[in-house]
Order: sequence, then C-alpha cells, then structure tokens
Amino acid sequence: MSDETKSRSPQPEGEKPSSDKIAGGISSGTPPPGGAKPPAPSEKPAVAPGATPPKPAAPGEKPAAAAAPAKPAAPAKPAGPTPQPWDSPLVAKLTKQFGSGIQPLTYLGQNYLQVDRSLIPTILQMLRDEEQFDYCVDITAVHYPKREKQFDIVWILYSFSKNERVRVKTQIADAEHIPSAVPIWAAANWLERETFDMFGIQFDGHPDLKRILLPDGWKGHPLRKDYGIIQQDQEWVQINLGIESGQ
Amino acid sequence: MTDPNSSVSHLELEESKKTFLDANELVINMGPQHPATHGVLRVILRLDGEKVMGLECVIGYLHRGVEKIAEHRTYTMFNPYVDRMDYVAAVSNGLGYCEAVEKLLNIEAPPRANYIRVILTELNRLASHQLWLGTHALDIGAMTPLFYTFRDREEILKIFEKYCGARLTTHAFRIGGCQYETYEGFEKDVKKFLTFVAPKIDEYEELLTTNRIWVERTKKVGTISAKDCIALGVTGPVLRASGVKWDLRKAQPYAAYKQFDFEIPTGQHGDTYDRYLVRMAEMRQSLRIIQQAVDAIPEGPIMAKVSKVMKPPVGEIYHSIEAPKGELGYFIVSDGSTQPYRIRVRPPSFVNLQALDLMCRGQLVADVIAVIGTLDIVLGEVDR
Repeated sequence: MSDETKSRSPQPEGEKPSSDKIAGGISSGTPPPGGAKPPAPSEKPAVAPGATPPKPAAPGEKPAAAAAPAKPAAPAKPAGPTPQPWDSPLVAKLTKQFGSGIQPLTYLGQNYLQVDRSLIPTILQMLRDEEQFDYCVDITAVHYPKREKQFDIVWILYSFSKNERVRVKTQIADAEHIPSAVPIWAAANWLERETFDMFGIQFDGHPDLKRILLPDGWKGHPLRKDYGIIQQDQEWVQINLGIESGQ
Repeated sequence: MTDPNSSVSHLELEESKKTFLDANELVINMGPQHPATHGVLRVILRLDGEKVMGLECVIGYLHRGVEKIAEHRTYTMFNPYVDRMDYVAAVSNGLGYCEAVEKLLNIEAPPRANYIRVILTELNRLASHQLWLGTHALDIGAMTPLFYTFRDREEILKIFEKYCGARLTTHAFRIGGCQYETYEGFEKDVKKFLTFVAPKIDEYEELLTTNRIWVERTKKVGTISAKDCIALGVTGPVLRASGVKWDLRKAQPYAAYKQFDFEIPTGQHGDTYDRYLVRMAEMRQSLRIIQQAVDAIPEGPIMAKVSKVMKPPVGEIYHSIEAPKGELGYFIVSDGSTQPYRIRVRPPSFVNLQALDLMCRGQLVADVIAVIGTLDIVLGEVDR
C-alpha cells in the first residue's frame, strides 16, 4: 500500500520519452539491485517505465520486484525442467514414416514436434486428416536473430475428438518461404497474414497475403528483434498522418 | 485523410475494372467510425441491391503492439497490459496470463486464490455477456435491454471496485495468486448479488425471447455450421450455438473449475437467435458456479511462493482459458531472463471475426449489424 502511494508521485516526470528507456533501463537496471539492498535509488528508474500509460497498481509492485531480488531465486533457477523425448502411438507412427525429420519432445506436459521444413506440408496435412487435429488454434513465429535459421514457425493444433494439443515447430531462414496452411485449415488465413505482417514471413499459396494490423504501405516488420520498440515508419507517418512523428 | 488503412482493397480493385453497364454490384464502406461496429472496425461490403455478396474486414485501428511491449517488460510489469486487450473482460485476460506464467514457472496458485479467481472471472463473464446483450439488442433496435443490463452490470463493477479499486481494467490477479485478500463482507456482497441478478436475467428474457421483432431479426440470420466453425477456428458461444459441446472449463479444466458442477449450454441451428439463447444460458451457469464457489471458498494463503524477480527457465508454454468470447491463449517463450522473449496472444475475437464474411453472405445489409453484434467482438482484442 505504502509502495503504491510513493510510486504515484514520480509519474508525471516520465511520459513518452521514458518508454524508450525502459528497454535498456530495465534489462540493465535489474541486475544491479540484486546486490544493492537500498530500494531508494533503484526505485526511481524502476518506476519511470511503469509510469508510461495508466495503471496505478503495477508500479506499486514493480519497485518491490526490483528492490528485493529474493536470493532463493538464484539457486532454484538452474534446476529447471528440460524438454524430454515424447512417446506416444502418434509419435511412433510419425517417426516410422519420417525418421529423423521429426523430433518429438515434451515440456511441462505439453507436446511438440520439431519438424524439418521440407516435411511441413505433409505433416500438417497428415495431422489433420489422419490424426483428427481439426482445429488450428494459432500460427505464429519467434525471431532468433543470432541463429542461422532465424525464425521458428509455430502451429498450435487441437483435436476435438482426442482433447489433445500439439505444437508443430520448424525453423526457417530469413527470406525463406513456407507453404501456407490455408488449404488445410481456413482459420490459417488471418493468422498467417498477421505472421507476415509482424515478421515478414512469406506463406506460399496464401490467397491474399497482405498486412492485416499495420497499414499496407508500412515498411518493416515490428516483431522482429532488430525492430526497436519505438521505431516507426517515419515516412509513412509524415505522409499519412501529417505529423512529424508518431511518438 | 488520417485513415491508416487507406490503401485500396482487392474488392475495390475488382470493382474498378468493371464498366458502368455491368456494374450491378455496389461496394460500400462501413466504419471505422460506425456505432454498430463496436469500436473501430471497417467493413467493405459488396452488395447486390440489399443482399451482401461478400465483405472484407479492415482492422488494426486499435493496434498498440502489446506483443512487442511485452518483450520489453518483466513478467510482472506486463500483467496490467493484458487487461487492455479485451477490456470488457479484463479479469479473464489476467487469469489467462497469470496461469500461463505460473505454468512456465512450474508453480500453482493456492486453492483459496483459485476460488477467488473463479468467482471474479465468472462475475466478469456475466458482465461481459450483459454488455454484449445490451449493445447487441440496441443495434437491432431494442433499446430497453441496454438500460437493464447496464444497471445490473453496475453491481458487478461495484464488487470489483470494492475488491481491487478498479472497475474495468482491474489487474485483479498476480502471478502466483491474488494480490488482495477479499474485503470484509465480500461473500455477503456476492451472495446478495446472485439473488439480485437471477430474476433480472429472466427479465431480459421476457423482453426478448418471444418478442416477435427480436425473433424475426435473429432467427436464421448469420447461420454458421459446426463444421465451418471448426475450420475457421471459431470458439466460445458461437461454436457452442452451432451444436459443439466444447468449453475449455470442462475440456481442459484450469483454476478451480474441476470442483464445480455446471453445464455447457449448446444450440442447434448456429444462428443469431441460438447464440443469444446460449449466452443467456451461460449467464445462469455462471451464477451456478459463483454460488458453489462462494459457498465452499476455502481458507488459506492467497499467494504461492514466488520470487520477486521472476526468471522462468528457458522454454515455452501455451496456455488457454475459456474467455467470455472463446479460447484465449498465451504462448510464452522464455529465454531465462526476467523479460519474456516472446509473448503471443491468441485472441478469440480476432479469430472469430474471420467468420464474418461467411456468416453475412446472402444476408441483408441490416443483418450485418446483427451478425457483428452476435459475434461479440472487442476491437481492443482484435487489434491488440
């Protein structure tokens, strides 16, 4: 409670400009408080990011998080669970057919298949037709800029008849294309468009692959790691909104 | 113009190729500033007279990039942001997020926290359905339900306000449990509310269920089959009204839902009227759940042991809950640091909205309004 009242006062100071400092401020700001106990100095920078838009409750909690970096956390962390091989009749069938092209794993009770890019259309089709994964929950991507194959594409599937989920993952390089899943699940349409919009991944065979959340003329794909959090298409903003900057 | 999506859509392009003489199809624009689109949804309609031949949704006007923001916040700091996606069901958003991170951290909220979570989430489902009913009925021309539902929804918001100080974007839960213990008289308030609201739901039904105008405007409007629902990934009441008895609270129970006895209401025809009936029945089921939860709420701690600095081990998790609108999922990738490497939100409204085109084809223009209403979308969640 007292934290909350305290944190409210610094709010006016940090408005928009603070938001770009959050990225650096927080990640670099978090380790030092680990050693330093006094909350007073570490609290100021920690609160500023929280002060971005609304919410009074969060900043109240934030300083506490930065100030008291609970020592037990450190030893507990390395002993985290690791992905284990996943075994099931489905897996047996798939490995028999595709061999080393797929790698079935399970993590925290959730199953996923790490699949070779070339096998993707066959496997997705097969999961729907033969294994009743008739509901495509989500399609998304994760960007790992340091890897040679920069993108993880993830399909989250669900089977109504089995009440079972599975994730299919594959890795592709930047600018590499991937077959669209729209012929398999109609739901893939907007999901792929969003993945294209946010990551610039090309889905071959998609009926209408264009941006969905950002305006059509926008340059850049914001969820890539090299796209800064306050970065914007300056040119687009100036032409279309008639203002100097959207920030 | 300040229209961020001003580029020409493919429908408009098709139109421009036609000569004047064979132009018997008309392309008109609806929204983004339109009271019946429930926010800023732009729909490009292709019409033959008054019949809808096809439509295209243009979305993104409320895009705030929460997924990008998440990568620059700690797990705790991102928590309040999720409330701002589906802002009429903020508690559900928070529940999904907290549970997903808890799974990633491999911890569990204590039983008392789970009961509080269920009570608040179900109250929020009721509030969300009430808001849906009021606005949906208003769109179709029935004005009274709006006043009735908003009057009764107020009571729910009062409980939220007394519990955590906020009415809409509540930020009611924390990773590991709940921040606040229930206030003095919480259970009494909830019970009082239950006896207050049950006859009110009958009242809404009295106004609409057999109302001839309502029936004419909703029956056989925006029909969608179970097969199409599944193919398009449509979930929630829309899927259930098409006859699929599927609810994540039963299929893959989370929080304390396993302990409660409730039914999954379903429809048969998959039309707007059935979806209305399903949601009305869901409100009653929510009351049942809240009643059971508030009667059996256990004593005990409300927070699990969570370190102040959360560093989930490297890995990824997908967790989803049954939000009032459908399956709300969070896919979180951790790189072992204090900030999530990637958070993907699987919003029910976004995926459900894809079905609008199919549901409106062959209907009249006036029915488009009814179908947008019956899909129960929140643009804050569609655009994130």
